[in-house]
Amino acid sequence: MDRQIRRAGLATVALFLVLFAQVSYVQVFAADRIADHPANAKRRLIAEYRVDRGDILAADGRTVLATSRRTRGELVYERRYPQGPRYAGITGFSSIVYGRTGLEASFDDYLSGDAPELFPTTLGDLVLGRPRRGATLVTTVEPAVQAAAERALGDQPGAVVAMDPRTGGVLALVSNPTYDPNDLSSQDPREVRRAWERLNADPAEPLRSRATDELFPPGSSFKLITAAAALEAGFGPESSWPNPRELDLPLTENTLQNFGGSHCLGGAPSITLAQAFQVSCNVTFGEIALRLGPERLARQAWAFGFGPAPGEGDVPFDIPFEEGVFPDPSAFERNDPLLAFAGIGQFDVAANPLQMALVASAIANGGVEMRPRLVSEIRDPQGRVLREIGPEAWGRPISATTAAALTRMMVSVVEAGTGTAARLPGVTVAGKTGTAQHGEGEPPHAWFVSFAPAEDPRVAVAVVVLNGGSLGSEATGGQVAAPIAREVIAAALRIPGTGA
Amino acid sequence: MRDPAVAGGPVGTRAASARRPGGLSLTLLAVIVAVSAYALVALGERGRLPANLALYGSVFAAGYLAAHLAVRRLAPRADPVLFPTGGLLAGLGFAVIFRLDGDLAAEQATWLLVGLAAFVGTLLVVRDDRQLDAYTYTIGLLGLILLLLPIVPGIGREINGARLWVRIGPLGFQPSEPGKVLVVVFLASYLAAKRELLASGIVRAGPFRLPPAKHLAPLLLAWGASLLVLFLERDLGASLLYFAIFVAMLWMATGRAGYLLIGLVLFAAGAALGHAAFDHVRLRVDIWLHALDPGKVHELGYGQLAQGWFAMATGGLVGSGLGRGVPQDIPFAPTDFIFAAIGEELGFLGTAALLLLFLVLVARGFRLALERTDPFGKLLAAGLATVIGLQTFVIVGGVTRVIPLTGITLPFVSYGGSSLVANFVILALLVRASSGPLPARGREADG
Repeated sequence: MDRQIRRAGLATVALFLVLFAQVSYVQVFAADRIADHPANAKRRLIAEYRVDRGDILAADGRTVLATSRRTRGELVYERRYPQGPRYAGITGFSSIVYGRTGLEASFDDYLSGDAPELFPTTLGDLVLGRPRRGATLVTTVEPAVQAAAERALGDQPGAVVAMDPRTGGVLALVSNPTYDPNDLSSQDPREVRRAWERLNADPAEPLRSRATDELFPPGSSFKLITAAAALEAGFGPESSWPNPRELDLPLTENTLQNFGGSHCLGGAPSITLAQAFQVSCNVTFGEIALRLGPERLARQAWAFGFGPAPGEGDVPFDIPFEEGVFPDPSAFERNDPLLAFAGIGQFDVAANPLQMALVASAIANGGVEMRPRLVSEIRDPQGRVLREIGPEAWGRPISATTAAALTRMMVSVVEAGTGTAARLPGVTVAGKTGTAQHGEGEPPHAWFVSFAPAEDPRVAVAVVVLNGGSLGSEATGGQVAAPIAREVIAAALRIPGTGA
Repeated sequence: MRDPAVAGGPVGTRAASARRPGGLSLTLLAVIVAVSAYALVALGERGRLPANLALYGSVFAAGYLAAHLAVRRLAPRADPVLFPTGGLLAGLGFAVIFRLDGDLAAEQATWLLVGLAAFVGTLLVVRDDRQLDAYTYTIGLLGLILLLLPIVPGIGREINGARLWVRIGPLGFQPSEPGKVLVVVFLASYLAAKRELLASGIVRAGPFRLPPAKHLAPLLLAWGASLLVLFLERDLGASLLYFAIFVAMLWMATGRAGYLLIGLVLFAAGAALGHAAFDHVRLRVDIWLHALDPGKVHELGYGQLAQGWFAMATGGLVGSGLGRGVPQDIPFAPTDFIFAAIGEELGFLGTAALLLLFLVLVARGFRLALERTDPFGKLLAAGLATVIGLQTFVIVGGVTRVIPLTGITLPFVSYGGSSLVANFVILALLVRASSGPLPARGREADG
């Protein structure tokens, strides 16, 4: 009998071992997968909002872009954005109903304390029975520059991106119209749903960032890239090009005309690349594009970070970034004339201010394009630096010689060309205007892509004002966008602006 | 009272049954852990201590210390680990029930006191466990009646699709709970007497050595009773538990593996029969297999099992902390799913500790069976240990999806008076069996 009792005892122990195995599977090994089941949303949410989510700070380490506030509700912490709508395009929102966007989404691991580096801290909080605390993000954003960009853009639809060309650090990122992330971060789901429906019903799409999410024809600001390709192909700034009033395009009835139908350089028989750039001569750049061919032009655009099709992925950024588009060369095989239009930033060419700020940065930085970044430092809840995210080069789209030549050409645009409205006393500003047609009868988009000081660049700024902004169909990049860039440059260099 | 660890010399003659120290400190530990858990629930939920903490703490401590003193006096040579282990389980269960539902907790507190009284009462009445050996068939008949009582029209009550409740006047209870105690006592007594007979004779069937057909009558009878419980009461858990205990004890008593084999075949046949005959058995199996399917997870039954899994998974390694999860969202949390509620708030550390406590109880029972020299005592201790172990496996296995869920309580922990009282009686019987008979003239407990 004892043998059977012993065996029965062992059998019971074996049954318990099965239970131990299953419980450890459910609670430890497969716990995250099981807990992520959509039917477990409520429990997940309560756990999520029990965390004292980390702050998001500006570069000064004092200006709070996002923080957590303790409440009395079932969800313990509520997300707050003390600056209102100003930094929405950077922080994104954190909503109990619609999830997260922006830095709130991409750095969720750190903000929520889930990142492995935070384990010692969260373990300490756990043992002491304190709410778990997340890490703090310090961004590269300069509040003064951000405020200047917001003020200069005013209520015109558009976007401004300013970055430090030496480090890729984004100093300002403004999109208009925008939204107040506080409206979506309330703990009242009905309030959140109402705000969400209102924002989504708005035809101006305030939830989408015109700085990073949307794409627009870059117009003449794309001549930066066409000129870069020409310089890289061995055509110097003084290379001479025929100067007809308009460009007769082969195989079509179409002609390529200059802005307002004018004849560049007062109708002189020939024109140099530098001259054509200064006055933004469409006809010349159409010729250049056709001479270079689709391969060279596409490769140059792609080297700056453009892609052959809309999408993200080539240029890593801290929040979603829709890179510029330059079509695959095969698109021009049957229809050569379209290449002339692509060369002046029309046809299927598209970009946004962050993409164009990267182009300006690469030129400003001697040909080296830095990876754009928003987050420079991650601090643990005690304020100790957990991780520093330093500058890193992303690519080298052009040689230093090309960069220097482009810089000189851009300076001439501001000094005596289409971009004189960007002039700042005591500072050499380099820039390129763009006035992009985007549909019959629609007022054009006004662009300005720039950096300063030209001899030692510390800031690159790209501006787009949609549908002509306050000037409507009369608008040009030089009139509408250049003054905005000027104000942002002044703020970044800490010199007084001249008032927009 | 003096600490038993330093008091008196050995009392018994056999080392195994000599007075063992540690009972008081373990009981105090159980009180401290259980009262702390109760306080932590209120602290975690509302950020302050419960208003009646002092009252609750002193009543709780008084009840447990009284039970401890009863063990010292009525069963001085008893295993000192048994009562504190069962008491700790009941105390933790109470704290979790309090966390889930204040009204149920008030009832459970009453039942806990009744359970402690039943514990002491059993020790008082059963002065020698061998007394029970004299009433084999009375106890067996009583057990059978309790088993089938819910079927009787007029007093049987159907709750949640199973007919396992009886209501006589104002008194409602679950007869299968006291029934299982009586069945184990009956089997121990019956098998101790008949084991040699049942072990005799061999029929060869291929490689198997089976008992002759005439000895299969009791087994078939038990099988029939289990099927009756399954068919008429739709009580899957009790049906499974009864039959498994019967087969296990028959095998332990006779040493014949053939009974185990035939038992397994009969179980398979019964399960197949149940699966073929009853929608609710089929549903249980489907729920078991597909609890988390996106299309079914919100359906009744499926959602229950899924919620249990979610609660445990969300609790993770260390749990949300008492009072800080949402275990009230688990259907049947205070009864069938209390293990999942514990998993959510105390994490894997909590559930593992809970399982270890059960394992301690079960292991002590089996060790006691080995220490006893008489067949009845051996079978009684082993049978009671098997009941606790199997019942824990059936409900924890059901909640964690090792096996299909069959509604049954987690011994000592789940809400429910019948279950709590019955388990304290089991605990008292184990204590009694470990101490041996109380001498006719009361001996001074502290020597």
